[in-house]
Amino acid sequence: MTDLTKLTLAEARAGLVKKEFTSLELTEAHIKAIEKGNAGLNVYVLQTPEHAIDQAKAADQRLARKGKAKPGELEGLPLGIKDLFCTEGIRTTACSNILDDFKPAYESTVTQNLWNAGAVMLGKLNNDEFAMGSSNETSAFGPAVNPWRRKGKTDKLVPGGSSGGSSAAVAADLCLAATATDTGGSIRQPAALTGTVGIKPTYGRCSRWGIVAFASSLDQAGPITKTVEDAALMLQVMAGHDPKDSTSVDAEVPDYAATLKDGIKGLRVGVPKEYRIEGMSKEAEKLWDQGIDWMKDAGATIHEISLPHTKYALPAYYIIAPAEASSNLARYDGVRYGLRKPGKDLIDTYEETRAAGFGAEVKRRVLIGTYVLSAGYYDAYYLKAQKVRTLIKGDFDKAWDKVDVVLTPTTPSPAFAFGEKTGDPLQMYLEDIFTVTVNMAGLPGISVPAGLSKEGTPLGLQLIGKPFDEATLLRAAQSIEDAAGRFHVPQRWWA
Amino acid sequence: MHVDEATVRRIARLARIKITDAEAKGLEGELSSILDWVEQLKEVDTENVEPMTRVVPISLKQRDDVVTDGEKAAEIVANAPMSEDDFFVVPKVVE
Repeated sequence: MTDLTKLTLAEARAGLVKKEFTSLELTEAHIKAIEKGNAGLNVYVLQTPEHAIDQAKAADQRLARKGKAKPGELEGLPLGIKDLFCTEGIRTTACSNILDDFKPAYESTVTQNLWNAGAVMLGKLNNDEFAMGSSNETSAFGPAVNPWRRKGKTDKLVPGGSSGGSSAAVAADLCLAATATDTGGSIRQPAALTGTVGIKPTYGRCSRWGIVAFASSLDQAGPITKTVEDAALMLQVMAGHDPKDSTSVDAEVPDYAATLKDGIKGLRVGVPKEYRIEGMSKEAEKLWDQGIDWMKDAGATIHEISLPHTKYALPAYYIIAPAEASSNLARYDGVRYGLRKPGKDLIDTYEETRAAGFGAEVKRRVLIGTYVLSAGYYDAYYLKAQKVRTLIKGDFDKAWDKVDVVLTPTTPSPAFAFGEKTGDPLQMYLEDIFTVTVNMAGLPGISVPAGLSKEGTPLGLQLIGKPFDEATLLRAAQSIEDAAGRFHVPQRWWA
Repeated sequence: MHVDEATVRRIARLARIKITDAEAKGLEGELSSILDWVEQLKEVDTENVEPMTRVVPISLKQRDDVVTDGEKAAEIVANAPMSEDDFFVVPKVVE
């Protein structure tokens, strides 16, 4: 039999329906691949093979059922789940020591949607602690490793972050697809660095209920997948209104796969001049021009646009996100769940617990957030940043009069080595320079693999869409995938 | 914006995170450089600009004011580091 782990989500779905193999076979193939590969890649922080086999057997029964009852949209398909999603009775840590052995009494809405559609969970995937990071190096479990290596080298490269476990697991075929979350680029940047597809939908498209909160006005869930079609299939199931999240939007989720192959003739593509920054690698710039040509060849029209406040998105983000994080993370006090380090009184217990439970980057952000929200500084920092955010969104609102999607690189450069950017927090923050505007404006964004660097590692292009127009975004992304082809890791050194 | 060590300690106290002397020294530089970097926002004219309160213009939904959940004390304390009779146990607060 062919290697079932190499299939895409769509191919595996078709194979199950045609009875070419069972979900149990498909799931066991993945469990074996994880057993072999996880020591080298560190993508799963918790493996749940027994749970997966139970779900696969149940899915096989539903697939075999005769009559009217149709199988689910993702029936029998094994997925990896970022450890930021609460899974009922299954340890959820956000890759922080402070959550310790936390076993949620409830399931996140997004993962519940996946199980309702028949999907199978292989385990919980590595990420930066509380999703704060761009390289997966802040995880309490140690970093996930990028399956890609530089040509002729064996140095370990980062898989991006925060959803580094998700991106690396999908690139290494250790799951068919994975859930991820994106606050400033945490789906798109890791997708770009691993040759995978990652879409962050419009704020409000997916429920945030049961996802460990980082910055609530920016956080969104989305999938990381092998192809654009897979992203459409998985987002379809993840999305939808949820009464338990008052910011989730009660709007129809269109059939994303239905319009995917309709082509982009006449689509108006914007190219923002402010994204041609100093410090962008030559190859990222060349690839961007290549992307413009591909879309032109497919019948789109190209328009230069201006997003004048682009430069201010990252500094504004580093006020708003830490401010919201400092408030959200106040709940970790050693009283109701997670770690407790006993102190001499209650306040001392809080302080000891949080000192022992949080890693350095989380502490840094909580402190920045506390500072910008503290008496006397609120107007100068937080209020100012929220005003700048209004201007950033206004830039895009103006652009939508002229264009339907915006094309940019996803990151200024390809995957870097461990330790290369950990010395200077600001250096790491710059990883999100092209992605963070999208979160600030609440827009949907997708990263599609588009080429390889001279080192032989992947680079991605980002498309940004109008609010709730993920369908157009996916269709445009498909045109890039059609032109660029898919990118496979040349050597399975971990297996 | 330079943050001195005393300010770092004050913020850490507000954030309820105990920091060591070495951490305080390191954070002094790190927080100062991050705050210096965000200073560039001052260049932006935000006169007459409303601060963003929600990125998607939706009105909050309302539902009937009825109890839809509850009676699960055991589940709520199940993850507590210390509990007794469905209560969380903390060090004595009031003498």
